[in-house]
Amino acid sequence: MTQDYQNQKPVVLDVLAAHQAMPGNLLPILHGIQDNLGYIPADAVADIAAALNLSRAEVHGVISFYHYFRTTPPGKHVVRICRAESCQAMNGRTLEKHATQMLGIDFHETTADERFSLEAVYCLGNCACSPAITIDGDIYGRVTPEKFDQLIAACKGAQ
Amino acid sequence: MTRVFVSRDSTALSLGAGLVAKTLATEAQAKNLTIDIVRNGSRGMFWLEPLVEVETAQGRVAYGPVQAADIPALLDAGMLEGKQHPLFLGNIEQLPYFKNQNRLTFARVGITDPVSLDDYIAHEGYRGLKNALAMQQTEIVKHVTDSGLRGRGGAAFPTGIKWNTVLNSPAEQKYIVCNADEGDSGTFSDRMVMEGDPFVLIEGMTIAGLAVGATQGYIYLRVEYPHAHKALNEAIQAAYQGGYLGDDIQGSGKAFHLEVRLGAGAYICGEETSLLESLEGKRGLVRFKPPLPAIVGLFGKPTIVNNVISLASVPIILDKGGDYYRDYGMGRSRGTLPLQLAGNIKHSGLFEAAFGMTLRELLYDYGGGSASGRPIRAVQVGGPLGAYLYDDQFDTPLDYEAFAAISAVLGHGGIVVHDDTVNMAEMARYAMEFCVEESCGKCTPCRIGSTRGVEVIDRIVADIDKAKNVELLRDLCDTMVCGSLCAMGGMTPYPVLSALNHFPEDFGLQAARA
Repeated sequence: MTQDYQNQKPVVLDVLAAHQAMPGNLLPILHGIQDNLGYIPADAVADIAAALNLSRAEVHGVISFYHYFRTTPPGKHVVRICRAESCQAMNGRTLEKHATQMLGIDFHETTADERFSLEAVYCLGNCACSPAITIDGDIYGRVTPEKFDQLIAACKGAQ
Repeated sequence: MTRVFVSRDSTALSLGAGLVAKTLATEAQAKNLTIDIVRNGSRGMFWLEPLVEVETAQGRVAYGPVQAADIPALLDAGMLEGKQHPLFLGNIEQLPYFKNQNRLTFARVGITDPVSLDDYIAHEGYRGLKNALAMQQTEIVKHVTDSGLRGRGGAAFPTGIKWNTVLNSPAEQKYIVCNADEGDSGTFSDRMVMEGDPFVLIEGMTIAGLAVGATQGYIYLRVEYPHAHKALNEAIQAAYQGGYLGDDIQGSGKAFHLEVRLGAGAYICGEETSLLESLEGKRGLVRFKPPLPAIVGLFGKPTIVNNVISLASVPIILDKGGDYYRDYGMGRSRGTLPLQLAGNIKHSGLFEAAFGMTLRELLYDYGGGSASGRPIRAVQVGGPLGAYLYDDQFDTPLDYEAFAAISAVLGHGGIVVHDDTVNMAEMARYAMEFCVEESCGKCTPCRIGSTRGVEVIDRIVADIDKAKNVELLRDLCDTMVCGSLCAMGGMTPYPVLSALNHFPEDFGLQAARA
């Protein structure tokens, strides 16, 4: 067990206890852990498996199936850029290229200073005002490269 | 106290509605004006958002699009009395875009406070449930069957037939599952209902529960919709408190419980059997059918799986009768479809209309043409698995059968517009790439076919053995259509082949449009 997980384990056990009687509880448990810790630590898999009477492979299989669940800590700010058709129709590909260059990372990566994680998302339901992104859960529409820079600068300023 | 409406809809928020509401509150306080800010749903005319509506003596008066910086000037100009200002729009319901819709499912969206039970009831809410509580189960199902309602998620299966199957499958426990995993690009009508009028979905699910004898409902909501999650949970809590959910609904002795469950970013979980696996806490692998979910569904029990719009259309059907709903529409497509105009379009938004208007009317008369001002070249209808249409096909009426006749799908009513800068070979490649990303991996044509599809398209574009590779791509698409387990692999060829057939020049082929 890693040093980090010793601190995280009580959170995991709390989430497990809170969902004990719920039918089909694995996804709500994984959400609960990620909401609290920012990601699902590898060491948590054994605890989840034991509590749910599943094999570790089954738990790992579920975590890896869903794009939203992550197994590494996210950066301080998580930027999600929509890559779907509607956003592409409004220069979304230009925005993607700009964002990766500006942050210096590709999708599913975190900057070396651990400030930003960049994630791809396929549709935020904001297709009437494409291209769309979210930063830490806040949604923005009609995002141009200039607007993207302003939003990132605002994140940096708030730190 | 003057009621002022500022939307809590995600798209309005993405344009700054949150800051507008906040500024309005502080500015009004500074000027000693007493206002009651209602965070409503959106009217669906997003080029006017953030929209501010004021309840005045002469009715509701709208201003938009409003930015936070405009608020002091608006208040000084007499916005609270409905006075003139450059952003003044008057009665929003008189704009042709709104006036010419048939708002049945969206009757309250943008008008009421989404999470106020009193507001819902004051605007004809829960009348369908009241009628349903006085009916036999078969009678409820008959209204839904008579309405001609077909699954609005895209597959267009008759809702009444599905309900009847669940009604006739005896079991000690049955479930109502709402598919709120609205993952198709260009679609947002489910989100707008859940954020703008969540009670209508709750009422529809409760009626479904009564109809088939199910006491537990789940809304499987995509994690990308946090604002819908919040609104649904607030409304569910209010419905429990008001006796509209729980063990004894309105003193009838009948029970219905409802819970929201979050997905985790897997597009495939919008497929109903994959969704059920996910609700059970597993990888979202598609199940074989039969058995149908109506017979062996969630946790092995008979289950209704319906889309948000299907379920949200049920209250008005039970309120006004199946015939009322059926009188809208054309052919076998009855009622209304909330169409979503997205992508490169000037007047993007939601347009609920009876089936039958043409795509061209929608794109030009209401949509106002492209946002960029350039010619519209390709339009994808029905999400990422829908065909790309070109100009000659824009006169097709919005009707399930008319679209099927041109090898296209109406699907969930999402319409993504591309102007003439689009490269259709790139869009075809993206369709295959998306399938690589989102395939559940259970069946070979989808899992491997999509990867091979990307490679073959790359070879065509790079001019390597072009004729041979075009033939190979067609053969591959045929395998995917015929051999895939579900619509993911089975329909990915729709955008690919329509791009190839209608826009061959983008693949470096001779233009030979049939």
